[in-house]
Amino acid sequence: MPDLTKTDVGAPDDVSAGDPAPQPVAKAEKARSLWGDAWQDLRRNKIFIVSSVLILFLLTITFFPGWFTSANPAYGDLAKHYLQKPQLGKVFSPEWLGYDQQGRSVYARLVYGARTSIAVGFGTTVLVTVTGGLVGMIAGYFGGIIDSVLSRLVDVFFGIPFLLGTMVVLNSFPERTAWVVIGALGFFGWTQLARVMRGAVITTKQADYVQAAKALGAGTPRILFRHILPNTLAPVIVVATISLGVYIGAEATLSFLGLGLNGVSWGNDISDGGAQIRVAQWIMLYPSIMLTLTVLAFIMLGEAVRNALDPKTR
Amino acid sequence: MRGARSAKWVAIAAVVALSATACGGGGDDGGSGGDDKAAVDPNGTFTVESGEPENPLQPANTMESYGSIVINSLFTGLVDYDESGKIVFMNADSVDTKDSKTFTVKLKSGWKFHDGTPVTAESYVKAWNWAAAPANAQTNSFWFSDIKGYDEVAPESGKPKATELSGLKVVDDTTFTIELTKAIPYFVYKLGYQVFSPLPESFYADPKAAGEKPVGNGPYQFVSWDHKKAITVKKYAGYTGSNAAKNGGVVFKNYSTPETAYEDLKSGNLDVITQVAPKDLPVYKQDLGDRAVDQAYSAIQSIAPAFYSKQFKDIDPKVIQGLSRAIDRDTITKTVLQGTREPATGWVAKGVLGYAPDAAGDVTKYDPAAAKALIKEGGGVPGNAITIQFNADGGHKEWVEAVCNSITNATGVKCSGDSKADFQADLQARKAKEVKSFYRSGWVLDFPMNANFIRDLFGTKSDGNQSGFSNKTLDTEIAAADGAATLDDSVKAYQEIEKQLPNYMPSIPLWYYKVNAGYSEKVSGVQFGQDGDPILTGVQVKKK
Amino acid sequence: MGRYVARRLLQMIPVFFGTTLLIFLMVYALPGDPVQGLFGDKGGSPQVIAALRHEYGLDQNIFVQYFNYMKGIILHADFGTQVASGRPVTDVLGDAFPVTLRLGGFAFAIEIVIGISLGVFAGLHAGRAADTAVLLITLLLISVPVFVLGFLLKWIFADELRWLEPNVNDPSNYGQLLMPAIVLATASLAYVSRLTRTSIAENMRADYVRTAIAKGLPRRRVVTVHLMRNSMIPVVTYLGTDIGALLGGAVITEGIFNIQGIGGTIYQSLVRREGTTLVGLVTILVLVYLVASLLVDLLYAVLDPRIRYA
Repeated sequence: MPDLTKTDVGAPDDVSAGDPAPQPVAKAEKARSLWGDAWQDLRRNKIFIVSSVLILFLLTITFFPGWFTSANPAYGDLAKHYLQKPQLGKVFSPEWLGYDQQGRSVYARLVYGARTSIAVGFGTTVLVTVTGGLVGMIAGYFGGIIDSVLSRLVDVFFGIPFLLGTMVVLNSFPERTAWVVIGALGFFGWTQLARVMRGAVITTKQADYVQAAKALGAGTPRILFRHILPNTLAPVIVVATISLGVYIGAEATLSFLGLGLNGVSWGNDISDGGAQIRVAQWIMLYPSIMLTLTVLAFIMLGEAVRNALDPKTR
Repeated sequence: MRGARSAKWVAIAAVVALSATACGGGGDDGGSGGDDKAAVDPNGTFTVESGEPENPLQPANTMESYGSIVINSLFTGLVDYDESGKIVFMNADSVDTKDSKTFTVKLKSGWKFHDGTPVTAESYVKAWNWAAAPANAQTNSFWFSDIKGYDEVAPESGKPKATELSGLKVVDDTTFTIELTKAIPYFVYKLGYQVFSPLPESFYADPKAAGEKPVGNGPYQFVSWDHKKAITVKKYAGYTGSNAAKNGGVVFKNYSTPETAYEDLKSGNLDVITQVAPKDLPVYKQDLGDRAVDQAYSAIQSIAPAFYSKQFKDIDPKVIQGLSRAIDRDTITKTVLQGTREPATGWVAKGVLGYAPDAAGDVTKYDPAAAKALIKEGGGVPGNAITIQFNADGGHKEWVEAVCNSITNATGVKCSGDSKADFQADLQARKAKEVKSFYRSGWVLDFPMNANFIRDLFGTKSDGNQSGFSNKTLDTEIAAADGAATLDDSVKAYQEIEKQLPNYMPSIPLWYYKVNAGYSEKVSGVQFGQDGDPILTGVQVKKK
Repeated sequence: MGRYVARRLLQMIPVFFGTTLLIFLMVYALPGDPVQGLFGDKGGSPQVIAALRHEYGLDQNIFVQYFNYMKGIILHADFGTQVASGRPVTDVLGDAFPVTLRLGGFAFAIEIVIGISLGVFAGLHAGRAADTAVLLITLLLISVPVFVLGFLLKWIFADELRWLEPNVNDPSNYGQLLMPAIVLATASLAYVSRLTRTSIAENMRADYVRTAIAKGLPRRRVVTVHLMRNSMIPVVTYLGTDIGALLGGAVITEGIFNIQGIGGTIYQSLVRREGTTLVGLVTILVLVYLVASLLVDLLYAVLDPRIRYA
């Protein structure tokens, strides 16, 4: 992914633990108060409040589109509504934001398009967090040959440019449903989380309380999931939140290349609207604004959470 | 990101429309016409929007339009066509036949290749033999399969038994004969395609190098090929054909998108564009004034049912008639397609010999009530839902969605686009017979005669028949039309067949293509042929 | 140091083969093949198709094809031949790379100069209004999709204001490359400035900076020598991995501005199923990526004297 998913490549390294410059993750006995402190910090953070409200609003649109419009986003009537201009006075009516080149309500498509973007964003993030997290945890905890093999595997996927990789994968599927797009994005996206998780596990592994649990004879799964996992969550959450926004942007970029979802999506509408930019700017403008706002909301949320969780920036 | 021309991929006949009148014409009907004429620079060069040819520049190895336009400027074959689809003799002085099976070709004397060697009967015969041999891997080699002896040169399996087509015989320096396996009344039309170009003796020493630096016999002479940037050709001074260049040369400049080419046209960095991007269509006529080109060319867009699919296996043609009448072609071409297409009224495109308006009768007229009634009469659409398969990289999405909306709004039959990522994936699904419902089936002419739009698409065994359509009566009628004594009879027989097609509905014709293009203030006399390419030789460059 | 480099180089070998094999298999899994691509709608003669498939070795087992291809690259630096044009892939790449290198280099320079300046500025004013302003600007830049930004800049600066040429006609003209380079650099620029800002803000409170200030060193010297050098580690890491992304990720930017570089070549070879071209390209991009990440790790030692490679 060229320019959007740059996080995949370098990423916020100040939280991930790169090899040579590991970050001290919160001290063991303060594990609880780290989250508590973070919450206190977040509640006062304007960026957090703004982005949370935005995201809640987006989630409402996603789950209850019917509350916002009664129009059918797929219904188009060329004879009546071809490129009809927005009537900004008629708020929330189908003609509010005008009609597109198929005579479909831009507003209705804006409302229903949220679902696609949010679904792809969340789906991909969950997928990469689970797979990448698991791989990173195993590599970091067991070390040695397992680590070497898994790290090289991560490098292999990392070496292929993100956009090129997803383009090839999407080209080989006959139908592009949300699952296929999520799978393609996840196929090349999991490496970043794996790296972050691996770094975090390596630093946590050496902590006294982990050594103590080991001495007391706790089993590997117990150590991994009860003791190590909670203390590696902070960097993972930060990276995951930011990538959520990035994947939403990536889906739109793939749509721009004609490789997006079949169905109502902001990416498709921006791409189609681009053809009308000289006569009907609104078709491209409104989904662009929504898309940018959505990506921005998640990236802002990630930024706020990172500041709250990183003791050094306080 | 690519432009919307399906023509780019489809084999295109070299139909540079050259009429004697076109020479005198020139597009100087603009305001400052008189002054322009005085100021023409016969040695001025101009630039044309193009792209990197996919194949080496060998005449029988070029299928797509970026290579074709260059090959056409470098080579002149035996015959060509005029605007109405009539034959014009070029390098040939005459092509005579008594039985439409054996043809005697007499060449005009005095023609030379750009390297100075004369164009003889041998130049043709040897070139065709070379191109037909599978070992030379020419993509268009199947064009020679009509000629006697092709089976020996390129057997279905096993090693070739001969290296020369036995149907080709050199009589003397300027005469040769062509014998076909069976009579084809319109074979002379096929000879207009660039695959039948002559090659100089120097070609065979190193065909690969010749593909990089082609030596032809056409109005222009090759200068240079700067890969992925531009191809330059200049006027060939020794050209004796009727279409000698009125300018000093052409630079074919690569563009990644039609949008960028259009912007360059406006800023004066490019002289002729061959297509206008959808983004600019609504404004290009205002932007360019009388330098905008809007002209029909011989291609048709249609959607075809997959007759092998579960849905359409034993469908009553009435259902397809109904679907056809549910499509509001007038509104869609005017709005979504922005006037770049013209509603089709038959299966044969305009500019082709034998084209008849309104051949399809009522079937292409929009009428929601009739559509509903017809579908009901025919037993309904199985599943009450259809899909239209198309390739996402060809700019088809918009009209597919519009057609779907029109069908759904008129009849209640659900309809959605089935988008394949690119043309290859689309074709693969068609060839493997995996299309579930309808598919997009465009056709650009190979040669300007109605047989090309009927026989080659709907004959049971035709190359272009991908829908699995098969009808015995139609096959018999096609065989009869092919066996007609003269070209005229054949054309008429095919016209009769076209009138019968509404009873079978092998496809739903949608609209004819138009060239939407433009040119800069630096040039005049820019016209386009039936294949949608600009006629380079007629372009005049103004003095600076 | 020598041993460290040797170990890293050894580690690159499996990554190199893994990546190229992965892309090879992926291209193989696509529907259609380059020979069929030549014929478009028409069937073409089966004899010619068979002859072409044999000539390019497409009738062999996929792993045999991969082995032969890699053998060619490693033993003779032979990247194969394009099926459609019959040109050697090295020629095709030779045409495309210089253009993309120039664009990528330009974008990289913009990214470094503006990104780091913004980051240092925000970092030095951490917590104040200027910091928040920079934060919001960079977040916004990250959020705007590239194609939206490309269309927007083109529309404003080329169509409306007519300050800049809309497209690149001459890729050696940096004036024409300015707009695409900005578009290509934007998102990375924002990341660079975020990273710089965080790092600077952190190190401002470090003991050595306090010591330097306490010693009475001029502020300029403290910032440029002490602070900058120590704050650049995460930024350098990012920049190192970004080089490859700038080269390989310009598909959209190159398409919008008509630049005939790597991006366009990638797109076309994908559509035409030219596996050899695609794999050759990726091979070079992987090499760039591997070398860049090695250099970055070696740079750590220069930036942070505490790091020693055994």
